[in-house]
Formats: sequence, structure tokens, C-alpha cells
Amino acid sequence: MTDLTKLKIAEARDLLAKGDISSRELTEAHIEAVDAADGLNVFVAKTPETALRHADAADAKIKAGDAKGMTGIPVGVKDLYATKGVHTQACSHILDGFKPEYESTVTQNLWNDGAVMLGKLNMDEFAMGSSNENSCYGPVKNPWRAKGSNSDFVPGGSSGGSVASVAGYIAMGATASDTGGSIRQPASFTGTFGFKPTYGRCSRYGMVAFASSLDQAGTITRDVRDGAIMMESIAGFDAKDSTSVDLPVPNFEAALTGDIRGMKIGIPQEYHLAGMPGEIEALWHKGIEWLKAAGAEVVDINLAHTKYALPAYYIVAPAEASSNLARYDGVRYGLRENTDGGGLDDMYYTTRAAGFGEEVKRRVMIGTYVLSAGYYDAYYLKAQKVRQLIANDFKAVFKKVDAILTPTAPSAAFAFGEKSDDPLAMYLNDVFTVPASLAGLPGASVPAGLDKDGLPLGLQVLGKPWDEETVFKVSGVLEEAAGFSAEPELWWR
Amino acid sequence: MTYLIQGAKDDFEVVIGLEIHAQVTSKAKLFSGASTEFGAEPNSQVSLVDAAMPGMLPTVNAECIRQGVRTGLAMGAQINKFSVFDRKNYFYADLPQGYQISQFSHPIVGEGVVKLDLEGGRTKDVGVERIHLEQDAGKSMHDQHPQLTYVDLNRSGVALMEIVSKPDMASPEEAGAYVTKIRSIVRYIGACDGNMEQGSMRADVNVSVRRAGEPLGTRCEIKNVNSIRFVRQAIEVEARRQVDIIEEGGSIDQETRLFDPVKGETRSMRSKEEAHDYRYFPDPDLLPVEFDDAFIDAARDSLPELPDTKKARFMESLGLNEYTASVLVAEKEQADFFEALLNALVATSKSDPAKVASKAANWLTGDLFGALNKAGKTIADTPVSASQGAALLALVEDGTISGRIAKDVFEIMFETGKDAEAIVEEKGLKQVSDTGAIEAIIDEIIAGNQGQVEQYRAGKTKLMGFFVGQVMKATQGKANPGVVNQLLKPKLDG
Repeated sequence: MTDLTKLKIAEARDLLAKGDISSRELTEAHIEAVDAADGLNVFVAKTPETALRHADAADAKIKAGDAKGMTGIPVGVKDLYATKGVHTQACSHILDGFKPEYESTVTQNLWNDGAVMLGKLNMDEFAMGSSNENSCYGPVKNPWRAKGSNSDFVPGGSSGGSVASVAGYIAMGATASDTGGSIRQPASFTGTFGFKPTYGRCSRYGMVAFASSLDQAGTITRDVRDGAIMMESIAGFDAKDSTSVDLPVPNFEAALTGDIRGMKIGIPQEYHLAGMPGEIEALWHKGIEWLKAAGAEVVDINLAHTKYALPAYYIVAPAEASSNLARYDGVRYGLRENTDGGGLDDMYYTTRAAGFGEEVKRRVMIGTYVLSAGYYDAYYLKAQKVRQLIANDFKAVFKKVDAILTPTAPSAAFAFGEKSDDPLAMYLNDVFTVPASLAGLPGASVPAGLDKDGLPLGLQVLGKPWDEETVFKVSGVLEEAAGFSAEPELWWR
Repeated sequence: MTYLIQGAKDDFEVVIGLEIHAQVTSKAKLFSGASTEFGAEPNSQVSLVDAAMPGMLPTVNAECIRQGVRTGLAMGAQINKFSVFDRKNYFYADLPQGYQISQFSHPIVGEGVVKLDLEGGRTKDVGVERIHLEQDAGKSMHDQHPQLTYVDLNRSGVALMEIVSKPDMASPEEAGAYVTKIRSIVRYIGACDGNMEQGSMRADVNVSVRRAGEPLGTRCEIKNVNSIRFVRQAIEVEARRQVDIIEEGGSIDQETRLFDPVKGETRSMRSKEEAHDYRYFPDPDLLPVEFDDAFIDAARDSLPELPDTKKARFMESLGLNEYTASVLVAEKEQADFFEALLNALVATSKSDPAKVASKAANWLTGDLFGALNKAGKTIADTPVSASQGAALLALVEDGTISGRIAKDVFEIMFETGKDAEAIVEEKGLKQVSDTGAIEAIIDEIIAGNQGQVEQYRAGKTKLMGFFVGQVMKATQGKANPGVVNQLLKPKLDG
């Protein structure tokens, strides 16, 4: 038998259905891979017993003819999803020891479908970061290395553990979350397929909140079809989340027809950034040619307010974060630091000072500032207006085109420490992903090629609200045309 | 009559505005399914949402929205079909989320009016600025441990309505009447139980003073006053404090103060500089609250007759006087009791409601309320029911017993809970209307009191009362007073 960890979800599904393999075999192979990957620092909590229990239940389910797409498939869970009785800290010290008594709706959906939990995945603390260098458990290493080099690269962030686990054949799929690009950018850095649905498609119940109006659950998988299978499992209306929307979940896999003839694809001119590496421009052009060759019509479009997206995002997201993170006060759960004879305020100061990392503190301070009396109108309110203009840009463009094609990130994976001292350089990673987040649009990053050093690069596909199917369809065509078959060496095993 | 504080030099007017926090009557909290029952074990009614566990999300309880709308309608206020929940951010140990979900820029209810019932039948309109819905915080308990503070989150997330008045009140009496009226309205419509001892209703009182004709002075806000009496007292002492400062050449600092009813003073809680910057912004976890006219119409249709309307009806169609009508409608339970009493009385005595309404009202406000008061009871636990009361009044109406005897019968009813008929029967209290029997007694009395008869005939007609009293005494009060008068006069007049 070949290495079971190299199977894609769709392949495993078919083998499981035929009885050629069992979920238990598949799961045992992945538990081994999890243990072999400690050097990547991917998992912050391993749950092998749960995994085997899930696997046996899945095998019974398959035997009973009750299998769904995700039945018996071993997956990793980003640490910001609440998992009942299991480590859930959003990789922050402030939640030290926290094990919720409840399960997030997204993970519950997976378990209901018979998926197998391998453990909790590393991430930037509270999903704040683009390199996974902000985790209290230390950074995740990118499974990819530059040609002929032994030095390590960041996996991107914040879903760094999610992408590394999938790129490194440790999990078959992983839950992730996207606030400004936390699914798409790391997917681009690791040659994986990252999918963020329309805001409101998945329930946020049980997801540790970063910025409530932007946070959205999504998936990391090895290819587009796997993404469609996994997304269908996690999506759906949930009365426990007022912002989730009551719409039926389509069969996303059925959208992968490969037929985009007559479809109109928009190329936003504002995304041609000065100083962007030539090979990213070149890859974008390749993408355009691939879609044209498949029969799509490619048109130039304008998204006039693009340049204001990043500043607006870095006001709105920290503002919401400053309020969302107020509950971590040492009173009810997680870390509590007491000072001798100190009062309540002292407890707040010491607990939050010890519990939050530097980037989280920075964003809490920015957010507090932009909401303060006298600054609210100039910052928060203005940013919300800009956000509306950006959404309007997309709305107007989507009257003319069916989908939009852009690069996912302005660079390939970078080295540790390269940008961690310069927040603004770090924030620029999200320049192509943030506008769609502000507008709540569905988007994907498709592995499309390698840069000169042999590091993966992705292309981003954006679609209309609730039209995830078109995003999957176009992504499938790109994937097919790109024929991305490179693999990282399994140097850590 | 203007309420003025007399300073050493000048007279000062007082300007008062109130923010009343009224707990919405609902089984579940504003954004979670946890119970709202009072008096449960600490932290036994706390959902994951109320405790602000990571990843928990609020979802609106539609019943609280409906009660907010009903309250607005009962105050003739503008109902906003679009309103927004905002976060009010501040840190405190009993505020688990680190913010209170409230309404800031877009409250659910806009401007309305409340009519105050003041002494001497005067009324005054006080404007309602807005009503918004918000979560209550938990309770910090500082007295359970020498060093530690304990937190009870049972109240955390309970729905409150904040009813904000305009600064339209000018005396402690008016402020007291305002709270009384708001309490009466929310209790009538069942939106809040109005129980101030249990904290279901409390008021923040804004007070400022000025010399007549001057612009508004700087105000102080007295937080969390929990009885109508304290509202009045707090205003009195706070207004006096402000006048004294101004007359000594000082100025008033805008600040938040606490009323200490034991010492009879207000104390500074925090100054304007220490005031929180609440950083309000729309709660991204919640959608704006939107509803249509049909929702408002249904809420309006569900409203009972309100106190003002009821009072007018009592005066116009039942002929009650203003004072009695006001007393009866002040509490819904009293008004309900009165209507049940009157209906039963009309049914048994077959008389016109307008003819017996005043008698019923007088008996209720005089005899029953008096007895309840003395016994420390309320109308809710009266030992004499409305139908029992009606039966008693019917016995007076049909002449079976006199009004005088009725009082004795009532006393026994109140003590024993027995029916009036049974008591009258048992004690032989039926009124004597037999003219022959009464005439015989009158003759005896006239014969035995010749001196008084002569004085009467000499013009001292006031002695009529003496003779009536003697007859009543001789019949143990059972003689029908009408018959006694009728027979006595010709005999005395000779």
C-alpha cells in the first residue's frame, strides 16, 4: 500500500467506500505523521484517542451505508475553534488551560459527518498575524524550503498550522479562519488550496472572535475538489449566530464541471502593485491565459478604492478586536495574575500584560484608540464608510463579471524574522486579500506555480456573495491548467 | 406652585431628569436562554453567553423587543422600526464581556409623554426622551470574604429598558410622581414587575439648580436609587448641597454621585475626568433590529386599558371623584379589584353601576385599604375577596343591615374570611325595619327622657341625634336609621 497520508480526501473517500481501506488505517497513518512532525510545530494539542474513536465510528458509519464526504477523513482543527474538553486557546497565554464545555458549530458539523479529529493546530495568537510568528507556542515552520537550502520559511498566517499540516501530509484537510486573508495568504505560501466562503455562510458560534464582522470559517485542503467536499460539511445556517444566513448549502463538488466557457473574469487594474516581484505579475498573466484558453472572457476592471482597503481594515479589525478581547480579564477562565495586595485594576494590568503577545497588544491599543471619544468619527466611522465604498466597487463590477482573478499575496513565503520587526511590511501581505474580506466575498487561493527559489505561489479567485460555486469552478480550471504537482521534501520526518 | 430652594440670598429652582432602569418581564435573558427568576442560588442561571465564554455569540430574545415596543406604545412614544445594539465598553469584574450590549445612536423607542398625577388633582406632562434595551451586569459581592470579591452572574444579561426622561421635573414630588407613573404603566402592561426592593426597577437621578430665569446649571447624576422615597430625598439633599456651594461662590462639578439614605447625603462616586470613555460602536455580532407595522399593531392590540384612560372612565361613566379615581388606578391590582367588586355588586343588587360605584369605591379605599394597611398586607393577599365585598355591600343596599353594622361585619370578615351573609345570620345582625317594634321603643325612650323632649320642643332640635342614638343603642344598632328618623320626628314634634 502507498503512503496513506498522500491520499486526497476524494481519493480516500472512494477507497473507504469500496472497503479498500478503513478509516482506522487511514487515521493511524496520520497519527504517525502527526508524531513525526513535531519539528514543524504544527500541532499544539494532539488527540490520538479521539481520532481513533472517531475513526471506528466512521468505519461503522461507512459499513452502515451512512457515509458523507468527510466520513473517516482525518483533519486538523485550528486552535481558535472551541472543541469540547480539548485545548482551545487561539494560541494565547491568556487562555492557559482553557478547555471549553462546548463545541463550535463548524467542528460539530465535521464530527456529525464522521470526520476524524487529529488535534489542534498552531496559529498566530487570536488569528492576528501573517507569518505564524505570533503564536504563544512559537512559530510553525513551512514544510517548503527553497531549492538547495536548509533554512526555514514562515508558512504564512494566521492559519499557519492549518496549511503546514495539509502541505506536509500530516492532515488531509484542516479548518482555518479568514479575517483579512488568514486562509488565502498561507495557502499561497504552502501550495495548498485555501477557501474562504461568503461572510455568513458558516457559523461563527464557538470560534474565538478576532473581528466579528470579518471572521469567517474556511478550509485548507490539497486540492479544489477536497475543498468543495470539506466546505460543504462545515457550511450552513446556525440560529446561534445572528450573522449566519439561512440559505441552503449547494453541492459544491457538483460545481466542478471544468466548463467556464463564456464566463467573464475581471482583472482589477489596481492590483498591479509597484515593486511587486515580476514573477508574481508573470504568474498572474499565466492565469489569465489559462482562463482564456478554457473559453472565459477576460476583462479589465477597476476597483477604485482598493488602496484604502488596508488602512480601513487595520482600523475596523483592531477596533472590534479591542472589544472582543476585553473578556480575557482573568476573572472567569484562563490566565490570572495576582499582585500582592493589588486590587481589580492591578489584576487586569498584570494578567493582560502577561497573557497577550506584542501584536495582540498593538492591535488592542490601536482599536481602543480609534474608538475613543474624539477619534471615533475620524477613524472608525470613516473606515466603515471606506468599507462601504469598497463593497460598492465590487458590487458594481460583479454586474459585469462572474469572478475576479488576482495574485493571492505580493510575495512568496519569507524567512523568519524578516518582517516581524516591521508591522507595516507585515500588514502588506494582506493587500490582495483584505478588500474581499471587507466586502464579505467568497475567495480562494489556488496553487499555481513556484517562484525562482522553488517556493509556491497562489492565485486568488473572488466571487459574488453566495456564489461559492463559481469560485470553485474557476479554481478547478486554474488548478487543471496549472498542473501544480510540486511537493515539499519531507525533511522533518 | 413652584418648588424653590431658599438659599441665604436667592431662591433656586431645581431641574430634574430621570433614567429609569426597568427589568423586562421575560422568562429568558436579552441575548441568551438562561432563566431570569429572582432569588436563585448564585451563578445558577448563567449560560455560556452570559459568562462570555470564548466564541459565544448573543442572539436577540424577541419577547424583550416586543416588551420594549409595548412600553413605548404605552407612553405614546415613537417606535423605531430600525434600531441598533451597540457595545458600551468598560472593564468591571461583574461585566463578563468587558462591554454591555446597549443601544446608543438608534434606540428602539423615541420621544413620548407621561402624565403625572400631582396633589390636588393637578397633572403635568413630562417628556420621555427615549427608551432603549440593554443587558444588566452581574453582581459583585464584597461582603463574603475579607480579601476577595465574589461575583454572581445570575443577573448578567437580563434585559433592562432604560427609560430616559426629559429634564422636565421641577420638584422632588414631581420626580416621585414620575417614577410612580412609570412604574404603574409598566406594571399595567406587564413589561416589568416594578419591584424596586428586588432591583427590578431603579433610577439614576440627574439634578441641577439655577436661580429663576437663569440657564440650566451643571448637573450631577445620582446613581441607582432604589425607592420612590429615596428619589425624593436624594433630590432634596442634592439640590440643597448644590445651592450651598453656589451661594458660597463655588461651582458645581459634573460628576456621578451616590445617595446614602442612612446619612441622608450624596457622595461623589467619580468625577467627569474619571468618567469612562465607553467607546460605543455597533455590536458586529448582532444585526440591526427591524420589524414592520404589523408587529407594532400586534403589540398595540395586546395593551390593556392604561391608567390614564381608566381614570377618565371611572370619573366620567362611574361618577367617581378625581382623588378616588387616582387612588384606584394607581395600581393595576387595585383597579382590577375595584372592577370585579363593582361588577359583582351590580349583578347581585341589580342596580346601575353609576349609582353604586362611589359606595363600592369608598368601601374599598376606606374600609378594605385601611384594614389591609393596618395588617401590613396588600390587595394581592386580601382575606376578603371582591365577590365577598360585593355581597357585603349588597346587604347594605337592600336594607338587610345598616352601614354601621356593615363595618362590624367587615371586621369579622377580615379576621375570619367568612361570608357576610353567614356572619349576619349567625350573630342576628339583620336590621329591624318593623315600624311597630321600633315605634314601641321610641315611645319608651320619649317617656324616659322627658327633660330632653322639653328642651327639644323649646327649640334645641340638635337633640334629635340624641334620640336616634338612644334608639340605636336600644336595638343594638339593628334599627333601620331611615325608619327611626321617619317615626321619631312627628312624635317629638308632638
